[in-house]
Amino acid sequence: MTTSITIGSGAGFAGDRFDAAVPVVNTLVGLTGPRYLIYEVMGERTLAIAQKLKRENPQAGYSPWLENYLPEVLKTCMDHQIRIVANFGNANPQAAAQRTLAIAAELGIKGMRVAIVLGDDLLEYTDASLLLKAAPIEGTELLADAHEIHAANAYLGAQPVADALALGADVVLVGRTTDAALVLGPLLHEFQWAADDYDKLACGTVAGHLLECGGQVTGGYFADPGFKEVPDLHQLGFPIVEVDRHGVIVVGKAEGTGGIVSRATVTEQLLYEVHDPVAYLTPDVTVDITRVELEEVEPNRIRVTGPKGSPPPATLKVTVSVDGGWLAEAEISYAGINALRRAELAASTVQQRLQLLSINEPCRIELLGTGAVHDNDQSQRFKQSNAAANFSMNGEFRVRVAIRSRSKVTAQRVADEVLALYCCGPAGGGGVRQSVTEQVSTASVLIDRQLIEQHVRALEVFA
Amino acid sequence: MSRLTPLHAIAHSRSGDKGNRSNISVIAYRPSAYPILLDQLTCEKVYSVFKHKHVTAVARYELPRLSALNFVLDNALEGGVNDGLCVDGHGKTLSSLLLGIELLIPEAEIDEDYPYYP
Repeated sequence: MTTSITIGSGAGFAGDRFDAAVPVVNTLVGLTGPRYLIYEVMGERTLAIAQKLKRENPQAGYSPWLENYLPEVLKTCMDHQIRIVANFGNANPQAAAQRTLAIAAELGIKGMRVAIVLGDDLLEYTDASLLLKAAPIEGTELLADAHEIHAANAYLGAQPVADALALGADVVLVGRTTDAALVLGPLLHEFQWAADDYDKLACGTVAGHLLECGGQVTGGYFADPGFKEVPDLHQLGFPIVEVDRHGVIVVGKAEGTGGIVSRATVTEQLLYEVHDPVAYLTPDVTVDITRVELEEVEPNRIRVTGPKGSPPPATLKVTVSVDGGWLAEAEISYAGINALRRAELAASTVQQRLQLLSINEPCRIELLGTGAVHDNDQSQRFKQSNAAANFSMNGEFRVRVAIRSRSKVTAQRVADEVLALYCCGPAGGGGVRQSVTEQVSTASVLIDRQLIEQHVRALEVFA
Repeated sequence: MSRLTPLHAIAHSRSGDKGNRSNISVIAYRPSAYPILLDQLTCEKVYSVFKHKHVTAVARYELPRLSALNFVLDNALEGGVNDGLCVDGHGKTLSSLLLGIELLIPEAEIDEDYPYYP
């Protein structure tokens, strides 16, 4: 009987370090028992963009990051029975699986089996009317105005991931599931926890929540020099958790790496993106995180116990993506003597240009270097402060202009107004950068889980 | 003896986003400092720090076993990562704004060489 399983993280977001999984896999190779490697690379925006790509090309719409991550470790994982669970599927798990099989063939790997989970994509089996009637969480005013819904994907739970593993897959690729399902799925598969054994499901969900952001639990996104020190961020060790049959979790990290696992790093990640910690809602279980206790069992190993579970909601969260217009962003720098006053003049000049051009979309014009990220859309804190007392008049400031418009032409025009400051603005402006990008807006609704789960299935994909 | 000191001297913090809502955890380095958070880091106090961001509601959740508080700020992100115009659409930097808040902290809870007194 399996007494504990080990799960490592290879990536916590799309764009995470490509080689972070290598020491994780090398550590897993030295262990025994069931071992898994997960990759979490999906965001709400990625999914909407992927749906668009898939409509243009039926072979596209999966995560292109797969190419960066998998070849590094696939052969070693296969040689040592380390199974991979990842959400490289995005809008097209089928195509992701075929590409993964092709990569395996290129690497000379024989006999690898890949399974996928389908059913998260509501547009495959329903239409907008269901979404418009659904209970809103937020952003639903967008749906009434949208002429096209680009994506509507439900956050599935861990059971279909376990089902895919039960098919015998070496690699399981999903689209939209909860991030924690990438970890709870293997635990359900190995331990055969009952669907109403809520305390254990809560433990598995907490293990997933701690792993899902990769290095954010092992000292990434943590260092505050002089106060919170983290060794060797340049070779941050990614997390490896052991979970036993009773749901006791020990968080550690890859051998021979930097980073740190402490009560403090684990607490920060435990509460990351959590709202009410008494009732953390997932499709599998409602988790009471306030019951969690953390204990350092040895340096860089933290034992996590105590999460309590109760039944999950009767609905699933569905993220709906619609056209978000165009975002223009442009910046120009001023530095040195009298820089702050020159940067302020540049900002007000752009403001006046937009008025002249009758561009009325909400626009944010700010001075990076004056606490702009902490300020509001009107730079109110900066304007009400005594600038001369708070900032060096002779410092370095970067004027940033951002606007969103339904019209690409208008968005580009605003970016070009910043460019024009080169010759028409204050003295000594330099380093203009601009970008105009298509945007996706999202809304979240709740839908009766039975309407969705009847369509959810795990299946093996063949080359 | 207590003195006005940034929250940063006794706690650490991380912020996350879901839609247009931000959550900011505040975690005491030492359990002995947790009561200071409970007493002084009220919803009203946190609201005063983020009011200019057009926040409409602040909720506070207590995690005594972890010596931590979790704040949830509604409408804190100018529409959120997909719709906002702030360069930090996720509000990732908001934890540092909160850590700058000044509390009346007993000197026994503050490291002798803490450098950032007001």
